[in-house]
Amino acid sequence: MTRIIVGPFNRVEGDLEVKLDISGNAVRQAFVVSTLYRGFERILKGKAPADALVYAPRICGICSVSQSVAAAKALAAAGGIATPENGVLAINTIHATENIADHLTHFYLFFMPDFARAVYARDPWYETVAERFTAIKGTAAGDMLSARAQFMHIMGILAGKWPHTLSIQPGGTTRSVAPNEIARMSAILMGFRRFLERSLFGDALERVIALESRDALDAWAEERRPESSDFRLFLHVSRALELDALGRAGDRFMSYGAYARDGQHLFAPGVWHEDRVAPVNLDDVSEDSSHAWYERPGVAEHPFSGTTVADASRTDAYSWCKAPRLRGAVVEVGALARQVVAGHPLIRDLVRSGGGNVHSRVVARVLEIALVTVAMEGWVRQIIPGETFCSHGELPRSCSGAGLTEAARGSLGHWLKVSKGEIENYQIIAPTTWNFSPRDAAGNPGALEQALVGAPIRPGESEPVSVQHIVRSFDPCLVCTVH
Amino acid sequence: MNAPEFRNGGSSSRKLKLVWMQSGGCGGCTLSLLGAEGPDLITSFAAAGIEVLWHPSLSELSGRDASNLLSRLRSGQEPFDIFCLEGSVMRGPGGTGRFHLMSGSDEPVMAWIEAIARRARYVVAVGSCAAYGGITAAGDNHVEACGLAYDGKQAGGLLGGDFRSGSGLPVINIAGCPIHPAWLIEALHLIGSGRFGPSDLDEWERPLAYTTHLVHHGCSRNEFYEFKASAEKLCDRGCMMENLGCKGTQARADCNIRAWNGSGSCIEGGYPCINCTAPGFEEPGHTFTITPKISGIPIGLPTDMPKAWFVALAALSKAATPSRLRDNATAEQLKAPPSNRPKKQS
Repeated sequence: MTRIIVGPFNRVEGDLEVKLDISGNAVRQAFVVSTLYRGFERILKGKAPADALVYAPRICGICSVSQSVAAAKALAAAGGIATPENGVLAINTIHATENIADHLTHFYLFFMPDFARAVYARDPWYETVAERFTAIKGTAAGDMLSARAQFMHIMGILAGKWPHTLSIQPGGTTRSVAPNEIARMSAILMGFRRFLERSLFGDALERVIALESRDALDAWAEERRPESSDFRLFLHVSRALELDALGRAGDRFMSYGAYARDGQHLFAPGVWHEDRVAPVNLDDVSEDSSHAWYERPGVAEHPFSGTTVADASRTDAYSWCKAPRLRGAVVEVGALARQVVAGHPLIRDLVRSGGGNVHSRVVARVLEIALVTVAMEGWVRQIIPGETFCSHGELPRSCSGAGLTEAARGSLGHWLKVSKGEIENYQIIAPTTWNFSPRDAAGNPGALEQALVGAPIRPGESEPVSVQHIVRSFDPCLVCTVH
Repeated sequence: MNAPEFRNGGSSSRKLKLVWMQSGGCGGCTLSLLGAEGPDLITSFAAAGIEVLWHPSLSELSGRDASNLLSRLRSGQEPFDIFCLEGSVMRGPGGTGRFHLMSGSDEPVMAWIEAIARRARYVVAVGSCAAYGGITAAGDNHVEACGLAYDGKQAGGLLGGDFRSGSGLPVINIAGCPIHPAWLIEALHLIGSGRFGPSDLDEWERPLAYTTHLVHHGCSRNEFYEFKASAEKLCDRGCMMENLGCKGTQARADCNIRAWNGSGSCIEGGYPCINCTAPGFEEPGHTFTITPKISGIPIGLPTDMPKAWFVALAALSKAATPSRLRDNATAEQLKAPPSNRPKKQS
């Protein structure tokens, strides 16, 4: 057995190191290391509850709005504050803009450039991929960045700026919009749809959304040449490299539910395991620090009473990431989890046949771009100018609340306790905390640690390219993890 | 100015090599930068004559290839021009830097930052974290976060207050939380064309290009400010200085002149300026969205404004507030638009 250390791991958000034990031509064991600690949970202690809305988004520059939404929801739950319809529509639109932009950034800048690596230079598809996706130099990055920047003009209208808005409040948003601004947002969405239909899909969004099975997806991919769209090109490469055989974890998927409105979610919450969806019981959530550099090793805590006291001296720990568990079980979160729980037929079919893997994770993410863009078009139309966007309420001096939402990369929760008008405790469990968790007290590895076992190593490789694909297929965000 | 490169007005054909590292931050400045437009970021780099040697979010090189490159930069084996740091320098716990170890090594990232910065011709702190410590230094700063040449408002930081890079310039602080993409791109472009010198920096070493302005300049709520027609709660349309903690009249940035994401700014988004380009903004000493006052007068007065005059003018302008502004100031939706004199009836 040889140990190799992969790091610095770039084109992920934040800092990551992966330790791999290798024998033969495969990974036997993996240890996922978050190498940075920043201490937001301690910063928030003693602050005025409203200040969480300034600090929380700054946990993460890529999930900034998700952090705002979770904080606002925690405050709303603590204060019993309801949000008017316009506020719900505006928050969903702001949040969707971030989540779609993140999916695009991941696909174009973080994930696809790995197929332009020299290791694939002899593959028949290489030149096409390299021309389009070589890091910085490929033609795709400029196309996507221009489209993304225009799309983000929705943030300029609804949220002031991105990242780090303060427009998202417990009772709605601070920015009401006029009819002409609704018209502008509809026009922005039309421009964005054109980019997606021309460059990413090479087809109408509705056709992509309507794909119902693995066979239907394969048939759709074959309709036109791989280079006719970026998604088809990915599907072609994915088939050639058998990415669906790479990176399977425990296949227990969780979603808190995304884009709530009138008690319904656009993507319903739940836990999927062995072809069955069960509700998420928040009492079942716990975090343990048995292998993380914090005090109180081995005691799993519910986030309402969770603690974060750094102890860099512990030699039995290997990450700044705690190990969250759902009733003791490891879960995977993200776009794939969201869509399999919500019941999209294509994703259910992919998971039934091959579970969570590099291929299905990316397909779910790209599919979600289409699903959410169409939903946004509806939300923007449904805003009623002249009606309020925000309700106002006072927080009791002592109260508590949980704020749950779905960031692009999975389930995000904030647990807040207020006493004497100040934040007494604030705990955050971020998506990548779930996916990139270290081992728990029972020694069970986290989702990525499981997914890396069996990753193949090509002859002469010192840092397996398969590991690069598997790690990035989760769209990790380490800055959230190491709040 | 002594270094000849400041005087060189023409652009050189040689590309400037840029290296970017991240430490104790959120990555938000890079994400903001990706929103550059007119033209996009990749084209902007090309226009500025910048070749990106390594950036954690953009480059292909990963793992050992990346750490080998960083080692060559550190040892001076591979020359480069511009070093950008995003995020605070993590010195804790107890000065060991163990709160952020370099992936793939057991060495603190702060050691890499220092060694590479000392080889650079230009050192750029991207965002308030890298400049002054920023949000990561909030609370009791138990992580011992600081900036490259500042620890909050105190000169020093990792490199020392008297640090000068190879070009003779101090650390260039593109402060902001996050940065506006153009703040950095314009600075890089001026560096690339040899037109950036010490006189282009303000007293906190931020580019004057954006800090000659106050956030107040171009604020669409200026008429409310003039008449002290104040918002009472978030979502109200009035001026947010008196009650909601807005620091736009003190904050140095061109946020209401140079649009964010097409048309936005914090105030356009309906929330107050928190002065994120200033050292120490992360601990204002009050709830961000509540204005601290002494006997009804805000503690933080507009820049360069004597208190007596402020009080006198505020009283006068409050007495003169048109009812249109008074009504609109505390409303979420516009109650009354400006009206010219009624048309003559025929």
